Amino acid sequence: MGDESVGPAGDRVVRVAELALTPFAPGGISLRLRGRWTREARRPSLDEALEILAAVPRAMPVRLEAGALEAWDSTLVVFVRDLQRRLRTQGRELDVGALPEGVRRLLSLANETENAGVAKRNRRAGWLTRIGEQAIAFWNAAADMLDFVGETLLAIFSILARRNPMRWRELAYQFLRAGPSALPIVSLISVLIGLVLAFVGAVQLRHFGAEIYIADLVALGMSREMGAMMTAIIVAGRTGASFAAELGSMQANEEIDAIRTFGIDPMSFLVAPRVLALSLAMPLLTLYSDLLGMIGGALVSCGMMGLSFPEYYNESVASVDLVDFAVGLLKGSVFGVLIALAGCLRGMHSGRNSAAVGEATTSAVVTSIVAIVVADSILTVLYDALGW
Amino acid sequence: MTEAHIQVRDLTMAYGDFVIQHDLSFDVRRRDIFIIMGGSGCGKSTLLRHLVGLKSPARGCVAIDGVDLWHVSQAERDAVLRRTGMLFQSGALWSAMTLAENIALPLERYTSLSAAEIRDLASLKLALVGLAGFEDYYPSEISGGMKKRAGLARAIALDPEILFFDEPSAGLDPISAKLLDDLILELRDSLGATIVVVTHELASIFAIGNNSVFLDAESRTMIAGGDPNELLAHCDDERVQRFLRRGELPA
Repeated sequence: MGDESVGPAGDRVVRVAELALTPFAPGGISLRLRGRWTREARRPSLDEALEILAAVPRAMPVRLEAGALEAWDSTLVVFVRDLQRRLRTQGRELDVGALPEGVRRLLSLANETENAGVAKRNRRAGWLTRIGEQAIAFWNAAADMLDFVGETLLAIFSILARRNPMRWRELAYQFLRAGPSALPIVSLISVLIGLVLAFVGAVQLRHFGAEIYIADLVALGMSREMGAMMTAIIVAGRTGASFAAELGSMQANEEIDAIRTFGIDPMSFLVAPRVLALSLAMPLLTLYSDLLGMIGGALVSCGMMGLSFPEYYNESVASVDLVDFAVGLLKGSVFGVLIALAGCLRGMHSGRNSAAVGEATTSAVVTSIVAIVVADSILTVLYDALGW
Repeated sequence: MTEAHIQVRDLTMAYGDFVIQHDLSFDVRRRDIFIIMGGSGCGKSTLLRHLVGLKSPARGCVAIDGVDLWHVSQAERDAVLRRTGMLFQSGALWSAMTLAENIALPLERYTSLSAAEIRDLASLKLALVGLAGFEDYYPSEISGGMKKRAGLARAIALDPEILFFDEPSAGLDPISAKLLDDLILELRDSLGATIVVVTHELASIFAIGNNSVFLDAESRTMIAGGDPNELLAHCDDERVQRFLRRGELPA
């Protein structure tokens, strides 16, 4: 009775549920539910039902009847429950005794526990509150960061002072993941950066017939600046992110709590090996990157600018001295420490759910890159002042 | 009433070459509370993963309502599985969503209900498991037992015809475990659902089960089946008796 076929294809059935009023003796009124009361069906709304009942004198008892109900699911339970509540606020009772047994049982199950004490929290605060909360959160984050750096240093000292054991295997494993495994990507990026530097220089230097100085440009550019910088950005995306994701999931799985319950300090157990491994790996990767960048420069100079390889080599060797490499390596080490700290900080302070782990990872990479660029500026000014 | 809802025929489950269980054949009838039991590591949870379509059989077939899950297209399989709900051992709630959002997700995906209707349905489901008012809580903000009940609310979001439970009472105190058993019975009776439970809680097995299969870890196959109370009274297999009597054989 509730089914009707419509639609051009003729195969879609719109199922309909209906309400109807019929009086029952003595002096009561029945609200009859008809048709298919399911998710897919067009169902009368609560307001329609209340409208129908508004015409009925308040004193008259209302009973729900389901004799012509063909099918039902949870949507009927929601409807009856809401109707019951709304009528109750009007001081009327709804007799549900004639509904199918399943509906009645679900209704009583749903109404069994009210959890009155549970407040529904308002998740949207005013804009001023939110600005204030953001400011406080920012301040706390800065304090957390300093705390974390301090704790990491203490953890490393405690290992050096032999109060906590050094996990050599873990150190080796983290070094392997951070260093040698990054060689292919560092090679590719460094060669390309060397190529680009050489090209940019060549365009200018060719005007003066000074192509030979491409070698100086690339050697100095790579060793003092670009080697450390590009390696740091690769490592931030690779290793920094993986530290944050790994520690974040450990946090979410309560693995870090488990470490604490054994009286083990997670800072010296997890963070210290990672920071040490990365500060060892970064200068080595930087040196490797310097070399590959110069090879990239040589490809352009010898392949396209007509320089011979010995010329390029001699010019490179003459243009840089040990200080230039030392300057780059020091930068690389600093960047390594910053990346490791950012990754571990975000991971250790990650929230306990899957989205928080994602946020921690993003935040680790962003923090690393900001820290790298800021540190690079400071170091460059410092080197200038020192005359290096 | 006694028609088979889930049919398992000659099922062999394996991870690679490692056979977990072989030659399982049994029927789960409509409105059964079907217990999958056996010692730890015998493959109970693996069997459940086969029944809910998370893992394909090495051999044999699993059919729900006569549809062999692995001889139909992905779309048909999904359509069948949409009529089932599963409660995972620790709830497996999506931690980045509130409880209401957890329940709303399948409703949003598979129904054309309005946002308000979905919200109402989610509230109803939470109320059914005794969590009325916890709509806006995140899974990390509630206790383990509550997570389990919230997981159950999500499992019944689409009014499933079959409900699967993986160790529902594991990690719950005896009173909560009993309440959950009552809830399972109540949902079976009110929703008219078929229920499959993996458990080794003897109290639950005898209280709610009316059909079962017993998996043996050593011979890697099923060695008994049927009403657990009948098994206790009449099964003469020593391994089954030992299991059902907590290791003590009848005198």
